[in-house]
Amino acid sequence: MFYRLSGIKHTRYVSARALWPIPADRRILYVLGALALLAPVLLSDLYLTSYMLPWLIWTAAALSLTLLMGMAGQLHFGFAAVLAIGAYTSIHLTRAGVPFELALLGAGLSSAVIGSAFGAAALRVKGLYLVMATLSMQYLVEWVIVNVPAISGGAQATLNTPDVRFLFVPLQSDASLYYMALLWTVVVTLLLLNIRRSSFGRALVAVRDKDFAAAVIGVNPVRFKLLAFFVSSFLGGVTGAILAFCYYQAVTPEQFGFNVSIQLVAMVLVGGLGSVIGAYLGAGFVLLLPILLTNLLAGAAQIDWLPISFNLIAHIPLMVYGALIIGVILFEPLGLAKIYDNLRKYFLVWPFRHTQS
Amino acid sequence: MDFQFLLELTVNGALTGWMYSLVALGIVLIYKSSGVPNLAQGAMVMIAAYLVWVFSSMLALPIVLALLLALVAMFFLGLLTERLLLRRMVGQPIIMVVMLTLGLESLLRGIGPGFLGAAPKSLDLGLNMMPIIVGEVFINREYLVGAAIGGVMVVLSLLFFRTRVGTKLRAVSDDHVSSWAVGISVERAVGISWGLAGIAAVAAGAMWGSVQGVDWTLTTLLFPAIAVVILGGLDSIYGVLVAGLIVGVLGSVIPGYVDPLVGGGTRDVVTSLIILLTIMFRPHGIFGREDIERV
Repeated sequence: MFYRLSGIKHTRYVSARALWPIPADRRILYVLGALALLAPVLLSDLYLTSYMLPWLIWTAAALSLTLLMGMAGQLHFGFAAVLAIGAYTSIHLTRAGVPFELALLGAGLSSAVIGSAFGAAALRVKGLYLVMATLSMQYLVEWVIVNVPAISGGAQATLNTPDVRFLFVPLQSDASLYYMALLWTVVVTLLLLNIRRSSFGRALVAVRDKDFAAAVIGVNPVRFKLLAFFVSSFLGGVTGAILAFCYYQAVTPEQFGFNVSIQLVAMVLVGGLGSVIGAYLGAGFVLLLPILLTNLLAGAAQIDWLPISFNLIAHIPLMVYGALIIGVILFEPLGLAKIYDNLRKYFLVWPFRHTQS
Repeated sequence: MDFQFLLELTVNGALTGWMYSLVALGIVLIYKSSGVPNLAQGAMVMIAAYLVWVFSSMLALPIVLALLLALVAMFFLGLLTERLLLRRMVGQPIIMVVMLTLGLESLLRGIGPGFLGAAPKSLDLGLNMMPIIVGEVFINREYLVGAAIGGVMVVLSLLFFRTRVGTKLRAVSDDHVSSWAVGISVERAVGISWGLAGIAAVAAGAMWGSVQGVDWTLTTLLFPAIAVVILGGLDSIYGVLVAGLIVGVLGSVIPGYVDPLVGGGTRDVVTSLIILLTIMFRPHGIFGREDIERV
């Protein structure tokens, strides 16, 4: 009755290779899906727009990055620049009268093309040098955006996103913005889950584990490194556009700075490299934990429980964030996804300790 | 073209470049011995500057004593960092190590300004502020002292590598396993290199803190320092001096002429381009040892 693997015997490859072969997982998924759909009803507007919405969009961004860093093993410390390219392209396209659906596509494509230029460095170097190369490209893209008035709208300018409609639904209300973000995150999630079990995904993993070995077994490393950059930057570009239209609604270059790139890598690492559920957990942790802790401490300081200064409270998110990264890397290098996996496996066979296989 | 202007940019750029070398030296020392790219060096410089400020202004100690205390404190902070954080990372993929040092960077960047106040603090080293005028070129005296200290530090570390401990460090930087085999404590050698990086951070923190004030912006020195390190070669100490000169001069002359045309911020672009071009054409830098990857 409790034993959740009871009676599960896969007799065909199709059922064994399903995304969620165990019914218990599917049931959890149905509940989570229903909760996500009902979130605008269940949550107040404040929680919906300032916690749920950014969490979903940053999850999509972390998923795009984990395709590159986790699956293809190419380090990328300039992903915020990719998001920025998508955001600015989509805004300029919609302002020129292009429908939002096409603008999203254009954002993805322009990011993918420029993002593949980042990949050119990956063909030459790897590891630490790739980190430095992508990092310097982040600065270059940022500088171009700030200093070309045609892109940023002049120095210190803020670009407002125009009102748009997606598939005849105007993106005005909080709920419609939330559903747009949810839709994109679900699409990226399903895409990643399926890439993992396709020949493309296996080729990426081969390149990640050892590119020379991949070349020996007939996987062209140059092609798949570039493809990984292309696909991941495409997803990142669309995510950037969604971020601009659904969350920020007024875009400045500072929103896509170097720190954001680091934050994205932190999300991927804290969640667990290459893990899909890890991207959700990592984005949630990196984004929300510092906010929650600051609110908690600020609340405690206000009612005089903790005699700490306002200046200290302002710097606590930075400390928590740094400590979080250090802690996860030292104590659970496989990330939150591994913790979740351990828990899941424990409860999967509960009340027993382990299964036969 | 105004020759005077060019000369002034070049001289001051070269001096700034050698001050970058002070920051870069710490990164090279650590990378050379353990292969760890210390992206927290900028934050260590900031913490060192805060420490000097605390000792000299808050506790009102004489500046020499304050500097000495900061040296001791930073040496042990470096040792501690290695013992508590980096020693557990042996054998982990490079991305983990990079992120660990970046996490440390955030942590330090929160701790310093968080506990000591975010407003910029002035650090008085008792230097004469008057610029030196040679011919018609204005030379900033603080930069001159900073550059001199940068040069001295590099020469000192080169000399240090000829001592008994330094020989051990060189052995460790060649090969960890064979160093173990001949009885050198690799852990202690790596720890010492972190301590030395802490000392270099004090020199950098004191000079830069005196030039631009002590606050979190000192951590942004990391970026030019990375350019210096990459250009000079990650494991080459005298490469730091040469590359510092190049990065400093280019980062001063090019913005001097281009900034008025495009509206500023060219220095970061020059730094980025130096990093990017070095990596594309000669990844191991000018003097660095070329990595040979075994398949």
